[in-house]
Order: sequence, then C-alpha cells, then structure tokens
Amino acid sequence: MQCHKLRFAKLAAGKFEMEKAIKHKSGFRESVQSLLSGLRLTWRHFRNARSRRTPEYVSDKNYFSQPDGLVTLKYPYEALPVPDNGRYRLHNEIDDCIVCDLCAKVCPVNCITIESVKATEEIGATSDGTKKRLFAPVFDIDMAKCCYCGLCTTVCPTDCLTMTPVYDFAEVNIKNMIYHFTDLTPEEAEEKKQLLARQQEEMAAAKAAALAARKQA
Amino acid sequence: MLAFVLTLVLLLGIVIVLAYAERKVAAFMQDRLGPTEAGPYGSLQSVLDVLKLLQKEDIVPAAADKKLFKLAPILIFAAVFAGFAVIPFAPALVPAGIGIGVFYLLAIISLDVVGLLMAGWGSNNKYAMLGAMRSVAQIVSYEIPAGLAILSAVMVCQSLDFQEISYQQGALINQFPGLEYDMNWLFGIRELGINTTTIGGILTWNIFRAPMLLVSFVLYFIASLAESNRAPFDIPEAESELVAGFHVEYSGFRFAVLFLAEYSMMVLVSLVAVVLFLGSWNTPLPNIGPVSLAYWTSGTVGELSGILWGAFWLLSKTFVLLFLQLQIRWTYPRLRVDQLMHLCWKVLTPVALGVVLLAGIWRLLMV
Repeated sequence: MQCHKLRFAKLAAGKFEMEKAIKHKSGFRESVQSLLSGLRLTWRHFRNARSRRTPEYVSDKNYFSQPDGLVTLKYPYEALPVPDNGRYRLHNEIDDCIVCDLCAKVCPVNCITIESVKATEEIGATSDGTKKRLFAPVFDIDMAKCCYCGLCTTVCPTDCLTMTPVYDFAEVNIKNMIYHFTDLTPEEAEEKKQLLARQQEEMAAAKAAALAARKQA
Repeated sequence: MLAFVLTLVLLLGIVIVLAYAERKVAAFMQDRLGPTEAGPYGSLQSVLDVLKLLQKEDIVPAAADKKLFKLAPILIFAAVFAGFAVIPFAPALVPAGIGIGVFYLLAIISLDVVGLLMAGWGSNNKYAMLGAMRSVAQIVSYEIPAGLAILSAVMVCQSLDFQEISYQQGALINQFPGLEYDMNWLFGIRELGINTTTIGGILTWNIFRAPMLLVSFVLYFIASLAESNRAPFDIPEAESELVAGFHVEYSGFRFAVLFLAEYSMMVLVSLVAVVLFLGSWNTPLPNIGPVSLAYWTSGTVGELSGILWGAFWLLSKTFVLLFLQLQIRWTYPRLRVDQLMHLCWKVLTPVALGVVLLAGIWRLLMV
C-alpha cells in the first residue's frame, strides 16, 4: 500500500513537472527577460564579428568547430582548399595521348569530340613508352556538357586524360566552355591530312602497279 | 535657407552612414561579412546604391493615379524633413526656434500618413494598398502612446520649445533666457537636498530629473519604432508577404526619396527621443567638485566650441539609439496585426496614461 502511494505521488509529481515545463510564460518579467536575452544574443554575435573563419582544409581540427565570428569567406580571394585528387575539370596531356578514341566512346554525355589523322611516319612515343600513330587535329571537351563521371579517365590507356582540382571555370560565353587540347594548328593539321592522302595515293598507285605487274606475269 | 541646406546635407550624410551601418550590423549579427567590395570595407556601398537609383528609369505604372503617384514621395519626404526644422543641434543652433516646437513636430509628422495613403492608393496595386492601409492604421494608433509619452516630458519641463527643454537638462540651464533662477534637483525631489543645477551631466537628463520619464522614454522608443515602420513593427513593409508595402511600384529617384524619407524618419524619432529624454545636446559627464567635466565638454554657448560639442553629443546619443533600432530589427520577429494593436491599445496606452498622471503629480510636488 505504502509503495503504491509513493508511486502515485511520483507519477503526480512527474505530471506536474511536465505541466510546468510546457507552461506558456507570459508574465511581464519573463517577457522582458526573453527580450533582453534576444538582444544579448545578437550583441554577442556583433562583438564576435571581429574574428573570422579561416580557409582551412577539411582535415583541420577547427574545420567543423568554428563557433565564433563570421563564417563567410571572401570567395575569389579566399577559398576552402579542395583535395589534391579532387575530380573537377578535365585535362588532357596531348603529348601522352595516342588518340585511341576510347574516352569519346565511353562518355555518357558525348562531350568529347576527337578527329584523328594517321601519321605518315614515326611520331614518337608517350611517356609510358606507347608508340603514337595518330595525330589529333581535333580534341575538344565540352565542359558545359561534362557530367564529371570520370569514366573517360578510367578507360584512358595512357593516363593522359585526368581530372584536376580546378572547379571555378565559369565563362560568360558558353563557347569558351569547350576546351581545345590539340597541339596542331589548323595549317599543320591540313598538312598532315595532305601527307596522309598523298601517301595513300602513292600506296594505291603502287598497289595498282603491283596488280598490273602480277596480271602481266 | 542656409539652415535648410545644412540640415539637408547633414541628413543625407547621416542616412548614407545609416544605410551602410544597417547592412554591416545586420551582416555581423548574422555572422556574415556584409558589403566588402565598394571602397574600403564596402563603405561606398550606399553611395553607389544612390547613384544606381538615380540612373534607373522612372517608371509610372499605366494604371496608376499619376498625380497622386508622383506627388506622394515628395509629400512624405517633405513631412519628415519639415520635422527637422525644430530640432536643436547645439546650444545656439536650431534651424527654426519656435516656441511650440513639440506641437509642430507631432503635427507635421502626422502629414506623413497622407503621403503614405497617396502612394498606396495611387499605385493601383493590391500590395501597395494593403501596405499603405496597415501603415496608416499602425502610425495613427501608435501616435497615441508616443504623444502621451512626449506629453509627460512636456509636463515635467513645462515647455513646448525643444531648445528650452534641452537647456533644462544640463549644467547650462541658467543660460537660457527665462530659466536664470531655475534649479535642478536629483530625481526632481527637493527633499533629497541634492542640488544638481551646477552638477549637470547625466544627472540632469530628463530621465533623472523625473524618473518616471524613463518609462515614457521606453514607451516612446517602442512607439517610434512603429511610427517609422521598423521591425518588429514592419508589417506595412513585410518583405516576406507584401513585397515592400506601399512603395512596391516605385523605382529610381522616387524610390530613393521614399527610402530617404524612411531613414530620415528613423533619425528624426531618435533625435526627438534624445532631445526629450536623454539630455539633448548636453554632455553625459557631470561636474564632480573641482573636476568640472560637464563644463569642459560643453564648450561656450554661441561659439564654435559649443556648437561642436553640442552636435557631437546629440549625434552620438542619436547613433546609439539608431544602433539599438538596427539591433532590434535583426533580433525580434515581426508582430502580427492583432499583437500590434494589442500592444498599442492594451499595454502602451494605459501605461502612458499612468505615466502622464504620475508626471503631473511629480510636477506639482517638485519645485
């Protein structure tokens, strides 16, 4: 019986506590206190405006805990550092490119345009030793279309196509979003094309001559 | 004419500083930076804003009542600006020292309401109309507690002349013609035996000459927030519901004038609060025995030193109040219409009436 009574008292007390907790405070004193505490809050922030968050890397201890001061960074002048292996703007190291067209084929949004011209002679090797056999008169990546999936960089056999940590490359004219990676001037490209055509003509002529010679024999 | 130009230039300067301060204070209180690009620390931002507004096309809506629409900004600004005519800036410097300054000020500010209605009605826009009606309802209601609070100060000072009220609140009291033999007692109670006539400083401000004026100062400050359509009483402009209230259709120079009028109103109500309750252009530093701080920081009446010290103290106090207005704007949420009217009619007005009664009793008992 005693135990029962005690429990009842406790329950009642609990209920009372709850009622007190949700009681709407509306007295003059409480109102003034809450108004003043509001002013204190903004005043504290105003005073702390002398300190400012610093552009720190995400691994920094203070990255998530900068309780006081202004949180804004003056962006173009200050920026939060991004990881070195950040995967943003594409870059093609054309000297290492063998113009295999794999990246253009795998691209889900078709943002890479490649034209190739067969070389007529030895044109060297990439830095990993692969022989280069093709010129690329056109190697365009339209960064406005790019979806940053990174598939092109995974299929690239010579690792010449990479993603860089550069993320701020907005342009006023959308045509400037197309990046041209070719190392040939249009004249050079034309010259290579003509070289190839002449070689093919010669080869065709040689072939025809050989065919004619075989027929005569 | 000179006073007109000087006051206008001073007002423009203060408003430009205030518009910049508003942005910076708001930013700092919200942990932002505010303007940083235009000039050092963005200090030219408001100047550039004005220049931009002046370049904008002057649009008058096709369906607007063109005469009212064009006249309204001028009327609103003229009403507010006319109020500055009676504000004493220094002991010997008041644009128009008329004997019924307080009365004139209350009357001329009320003209503002007509301009607001003209702007709201003339715009032929539902938001402008709603904003104008709210604005008028609010200003008309809050004129009552504001007027009663001013009345209590006037009763204690027994004058409607702002300059005389100013002189009463400092150590220079006996230099005003007609007050040569007046004395100030602490809290206005002679029985305490503390004569503050020559002590001056904060002890002779109206809130200390008659302590109930501290209450009326608070009342007046709250009511003045409502009269100048400032948060938390900014329902006439409520950006989030009415776009901008009565001036939604205005652009370019006309908008600049309305903006100027609004900020001038803030400055004016703060000036009035300072003049009536916080010692006007008097120094807050009292004379302590041989250390006559009050005289040292008051200058000589009628000379340049007096004008500079007076203007300095008046403007510093005004800027403190203006800062408080800004801080309140960025601290408190907007009141609902019913809460607004509740506060005005059921809280401020009865308290103001009580204060007026108390001020009358105080005046009768104090000498």
